[in-house]
Amino acid sequence: MTLVAEAETPAKKSAGAKPSAKRDINAFTGLAHIALIAWALVTAGPLIWVLLASFKNNTEIFLGKPFALPSSFSLQTYFDAWTEAHIGRYFLNSVIVVIISTAGTMLFGSMAAYVLARYRFPGNRFIYYMFVSGLAFPTFMALAPLFYILKNMGLLGSYTGLVLVYIAYSLPFTVFFLAAFFKSLPYEIEEAATVDGASHTRKFFQIMMPMARSGLVSITIFNIVGQWNQYLLPVVVMTGPGAENRYLLTQGIANISVSAGYHAQWSTLFAALTLSILPMIVVYAIFQRQIQAGLTAGAVK
Amino acid sequence: MRHGKYPFIIGFLVVPVALYATFVVAAYLQTFQLSLTSWSGLGKIDYIGFDNFVKLWHDETFWKSIKHNLFLLILLPIITIVIALVFAFLLNVGGGHRGGQSRGVWGSKIYRIIFFFPQLLALAIVAVIFGRVFGPDKSGMLNGLFPASWKPWLFLADERYAMACILIVLIWQAVGFYVVLFSAGMGSISDDIYEAAALDGATRVTLFFRITVPLLWSTIQVAWVYLGIAAFDAFALVNIMSVDRGGPNGATSVLSLMIYRNAFDFSQAGYACALGVVLFFLTLTFAALTLRVTRRDSVEA
Repeated sequence: MTLVAEAETPAKKSAGAKPSAKRDINAFTGLAHIALIAWALVTAGPLIWVLLASFKNNTEIFLGKPFALPSSFSLQTYFDAWTEAHIGRYFLNSVIVVIISTAGTMLFGSMAAYVLARYRFPGNRFIYYMFVSGLAFPTFMALAPLFYILKNMGLLGSYTGLVLVYIAYSLPFTVFFLAAFFKSLPYEIEEAATVDGASHTRKFFQIMMPMARSGLVSITIFNIVGQWNQYLLPVVVMTGPGAENRYLLTQGIANISVSAGYHAQWSTLFAALTLSILPMIVVYAIFQRQIQAGLTAGAVK
Repeated sequence: MRHGKYPFIIGFLVVPVALYATFVVAAYLQTFQLSLTSWSGLGKIDYIGFDNFVKLWHDETFWKSIKHNLFLLILLPIITIVIALVFAFLLNVGGGHRGGQSRGVWGSKIYRIIFFFPQLLALAIVAVIFGRVFGPDKSGMLNGLFPASWKPWLFLADERYAMACILIVLIWQAVGFYVVLFSAGMGSISDDIYEAAALDGATRVTLFFRITVPLLWSTIQVAWVYLGIAAFDAFALVNIMSVDRGGPNGATSVLSLMIYRNAFDFSQAGYACALGVVLFFLTLTFAALTLRVTRRDSVEA
């Protein structure tokens, strides 16, 4: 078949219609689909397995046959995950912290970025590069000092401490991205507003912020996802007496996993995992476009 | 200049700069300072010159960790980028050309949605899931899938394969993001170029190597830097997934974990800071090298 295809190609090139090439395309497309389906299975497989295992009791889990349907559907494991493993509380903690810290990051980040992008003043470049240089430092190199700074301020194990740390560590990228964005916006409208007597603050909130909406949306999503997924900072900050009640989801899950390991009691862990993954799937299903755009925006710029 | 400009600038900058200076800049500066001390985290701070770095040089765990970081640093970007490029190509151009437009294979949107999802999961949650996927008995997903007659594989509990397991999980999570990133890049490559090449008789393999890869080079470069930074991290995975945190027998120890454990488990804050300084210079060297080595004459799409 290949021989025929090769022989025919030059002759038919000018004719346009290429049946042999078409068959070739179909074979290629078939292979492409096999590869793509394989990776889709590899991606979804572990998640489906977690879902199935969350309905099984411990004996069933140890039977093997990971993708067999559970013998009965009971919500007991979910009940345990909610009441004994406190997954609901961890989830709520994460939601509260991320809402406040993302709001703070966006407010302070856009304020700083706006001033640095559109006003000339001595020290402007210095402050800008101070923020941007933070992108070059790996967060965990400063773990020990960060811990003691918080300890000295009495902020260890508190939401306040965690929120402030989240905001501070999210600023470099937020400022870097938004400063570039504010720079690209036109100056005419702003000048018109100045002529009309608008104050600087008013111009920022009523003119520049609405104009920068697309950039703000991208970077908000970026920060929400980044802060929601944080594990290192909560582990460092949320320590001390009574901090367990304020654990965030990532910490909480890791904690449940450790105690599940001691008793080889996996079913509750799977229910807890399912409960923490499901909301992400729902959010992703609704905002899938925006999320992909927001997360890749940083790399494309 | 204008009325009230400076109060406005200061008012907008004071909070972000204060937060950033307290929690980020101060922490990084103290890392450098404390790396020269034998501070345990409590009590008096004694300066000991470069003793920490001498100790590092003779620390077997340190060299092991560096080796593991390099293992990730080389393999994670290469494997992830190759897989992601191939999938992105199949999704965008794989369907051949109809009516002068290159198209992706059928269902490319669905594939993209599935592939991207792991990116939304916190690395900590991914680590817990894969801790179970690699479970060393029949309750683990992979061992459950293996034929019943096989002896269970140890995966993470086996010194030889533990690090490879960590690498696989990192790749599993990263591929989807880079598929979307590369897809965005490929979308901006003009169809005319593909069409012209296809008219000249270029096969899809030629299209991939001669057009797609060169035109995407700057995006690939960015991907390389991102993945390299992820390879220096891997903290959540190793801390949660590995046997005995960095084990068995130090087989999965990485720099980030060493920093954390020295700072918080072994009360060696000074030593942890010295490791932080080393990490900082390694990251910087890596970024500079990548930009140098991968520099090419950029091709404008």
